[in-house]
Amino acid sequence: MSQSNNGVHIQELAPEHFHDQAKAALADPQLRQNFRGAMDYLQDKRKTAFSNPAEEKHIRDLSEAIRQRCLSKLPDLLEQLETNCTNNGIQVHWAQNAEEANAIIAAISQRHNAKSIVKGKSMVSEEIELNHEMAKLGIECLESDMGEYIVQLDGDKPSHIIMPAIHKNKQEVSDTFEKNLDNFTPTLDVDELIQTGRSRLRQKFHDADIGLSGVNFAVAETGTLCLVENEGNGRMCTTVPNVHIAITGIEKVVEFLTDVPPLYSALTRSATGQAITTYFNMISSPRRDGELDGPEEVHLVLLDNGRSQAFRDEEMRKTLQCIRCGACMNHCPVYTRIGGHAYGTVYPGPIGKIISPHMMGLEKTKDLITASSLCGACGEVCPVRIPIPEMLQRLRNEAKNPPKPDMPAMRGQEAAASKAESLAMKGFAFAASHPSIYHMGTWSATKMKALMPSNLGPWTQCRTAPKPASKTLHQLIKARKQGEKS
Amino acid sequence: MSTSRNAILSRLRDANPEAKAMETITYQPWVSNDAQLTRQRFIDGLSASHAEIISTDRDALNNVIKNIVVSKQFSRIALGTAGEFHSDIVKATQSLETPAIETMTFDCDISDLKSALFNDVDAGITHCRAGIADTGTLVLWPDISEPRTLSLVPPCHIALIKRSTIVSNFAELMVTQTWQNNMPTNIVLVSGPSKTADIQQTLAYGAHGPSQLVVILIEDM
Repeated sequence: MSQSNNGVHIQELAPEHFHDQAKAALADPQLRQNFRGAMDYLQDKRKTAFSNPAEEKHIRDLSEAIRQRCLSKLPDLLEQLETNCTNNGIQVHWAQNAEEANAIIAAISQRHNAKSIVKGKSMVSEEIELNHEMAKLGIECLESDMGEYIVQLDGDKPSHIIMPAIHKNKQEVSDTFEKNLDNFTPTLDVDELIQTGRSRLRQKFHDADIGLSGVNFAVAETGTLCLVENEGNGRMCTTVPNVHIAITGIEKVVEFLTDVPPLYSALTRSATGQAITTYFNMISSPRRDGELDGPEEVHLVLLDNGRSQAFRDEEMRKTLQCIRCGACMNHCPVYTRIGGHAYGTVYPGPIGKIISPHMMGLEKTKDLITASSLCGACGEVCPVRIPIPEMLQRLRNEAKNPPKPDMPAMRGQEAAASKAESLAMKGFAFAASHPSIYHMGTWSATKMKALMPSNLGPWTQCRTAPKPASKTLHQLIKARKQGEKS
Repeated sequence: MSTSRNAILSRLRDANPEAKAMETITYQPWVSNDAQLTRQRFIDGLSASHAEIISTDRDALNNVIKNIVVSKQFSRIALGTAGEFHSDIVKATQSLETPAIETMTFDCDISDLKSALFNDVDAGITHCRAGIADTGTLVLWPDISEPRTLSLVPPCHIALIKRSTIVSNFAELMVTQTWQNNMPTNIVLVSGPSKTADIQQTLAYGAHGPSQLVVILIEDM
C-alpha cells in the first residue's frame, strides 16, 4: 500500500477522515514547507499578472458575466454543442455519473481493442477514477502531464488541480523515479528530471491506441473543444493516437467563440500568473478527408455527476461558474497549511469544499464545509467571482437544516444536524428573548465559575477554557449607572 | 445513452433558469495601431517565453534557414508540401551540401512517417496563419499541406511568420477573420517552446513538445 508524505494511507484518504488527515498534514514539516513555498510563489505570480487593478476588475466582471450568461442558457447550449460537434464529426456521449462515464470510455476502448490510453491532464477523469476502472478491464491508463506522471508512478494522488505534484520537492521526485524507473541515476537537477519524464513517455505517445484529455472550454457556437497547457502532452494525446476521447463536466460550455479570449486570459493569469500558456489547442473535428494526421475518431463525454444539483437554484449555480484555475486554493490559509490530500476529495481547497458536496453528498463532506475561517481570500481572487464564503455558509445551513420550502433536499441534507445542538440553540433563543431567564443564567455563571471544566473537548485542544467574570456586563453597567446617579 | 441525455437535460430545465442577456461590459485587451509598437510587443512576448526570433526579408530567407540548420547542427528536417514560402524552404535545405541535410516531406499518412518523425527528425518547419502581439503568440492552422504533428513532435519547431499578419490581440483576430464560420480541424496558439514548472515550481523547457522554438519573422511591410 502506498503512502503519501504525511504517512496517511492514500487508499484511505476520504473526506470523512478530514480531521485526522488535516492533523497528520499539520504535523509534517516537509509537506508544510513544500506547500508554503509553492503557495507563496503562485500568489506572487498572480499578483504580478494582475498589476493593474482597474484592468483586473474589468476582466473579472466580464468573466463572471460570461459564465453566468452561459450557465443561464446551459441546457440549450449543451444541445447546441451536441448538434455542432455531431455535424463536425465529434461523437457526443452523456453520462449522469462516474459509472456511466467509465462504461462509455470502456466501450470505446474495447471496440478498438485498446490496451493503452495516454492521458493529458483531466480532473474529471480523476473524479470518475478512470485509471482504476480501466485497469480492472486490462486497459492501462498512463498520465503524461509531468506532475500527474510523477504522482501516478508513486501510486499517489494529485494534491492540487493545476500542479498535481506540488506536495513533492525535487528530492522526493528523484526518489520516486529511482524507486520506479529502471536505469535512473538520482539527481536534483530539475532539467534532468524533466528530460527523464520526456524520454520515458515519448514512446508511449507513439504507441498509444487512445488519447484522453479534459476540456477547458467547449464552444457551443462552433462545436470546438479548447485545451490549455504548457507541456505539449495535451497536443500529443489529442493528435497522435487514432482515437481521442475528451471528457468534461457539463458546466464547461460557453456560448460563443468570442467568449473564449477573456476567459482564457483570466484563467492563465489566475492559475500560474502567465499572460498566456505555451499552447492553446482548439479542436473542432476528427481528421478530415485528405488530412494526414490527427485522430480518426473524436469523442466528447459530458458528465453530470452532481452538477445538475448545484444548478437547481441561482445561488448555488454560481458554483458552476468555476474555470478551474486553482487561485482559491493558492490563497487559502487552510489549504496552504494542510495541503491537498487532507481534504480527501478530488478537488481540494475552497472550490473543492463547495463542489464536492454535490458530487459526493453532504454526509461525506460535512466536515469540509466547516474547515474555513470564512476569511474571504478565495472570493477575492476568484476570476469569475464565485462567492465561495457565502456558498460555504449556505452549505453549512443545508447540512444542519431541512430544505427551504419548495426546494428538494440536497444529497445528504441535514447530514450534520444534531438534536442536542438544535435543542441547545432553541434553549438559547428562548433565554435570549426572556430577560429574566437570561439574567438568571448569566448570574449563575458568575457564581459557579469555579465549576468550569478545563477540558472542553475540541475547544480546549488549542485554547484555554474561558473563565466567566465575577460580575456580568449587565451588573457592571448597572453599578456604574447607579454610581453616576449618586 | 439517450436516457442519460434526457435525464440530465430535464434536470437542468427543471431549474428553469432565466436566460441572461449579452453583457454590456467593455473589456479592451492590449491594442495598438502603431505597426512598430505591435512588432516590438510581439517580439518581446515571444522572447520572454524563450523563443528565438530572427528577423529577415524574403530575399534573405533562404540563407536564414540555412544558417539555423547549420548552426544548430541539424541533419534531418521535416517539411510540408505547400505554402507561400515552401519553395524557399526547399531551396535552403537542398542547397546545403556539406553537411548534407536530409529532408522528410510530410506527404503521406502519419502511420508511414511516425517512427521517423518521433526518432530521427531534428526540426519541423511550418508557416503561421497569424501572430498576436499582445501575448507574443503564433497562430498555427494545420492543414493537408502542413499536418498537426509537424510542429509538435520534432524537438525543434521553426515557424515562418509574415509581419503583416501580426494583429494586436486574440479577440480581434477571431473577429476580423470570422473564425466562427469556418473552424478547421485544429487551430493551435503557440507562445514559446514546451515547458513545465511541475517540479518544485522550477521552470524547465522541452517537456513533451518542441524544446526549441525558432521564429523567422519575414518583414513584408
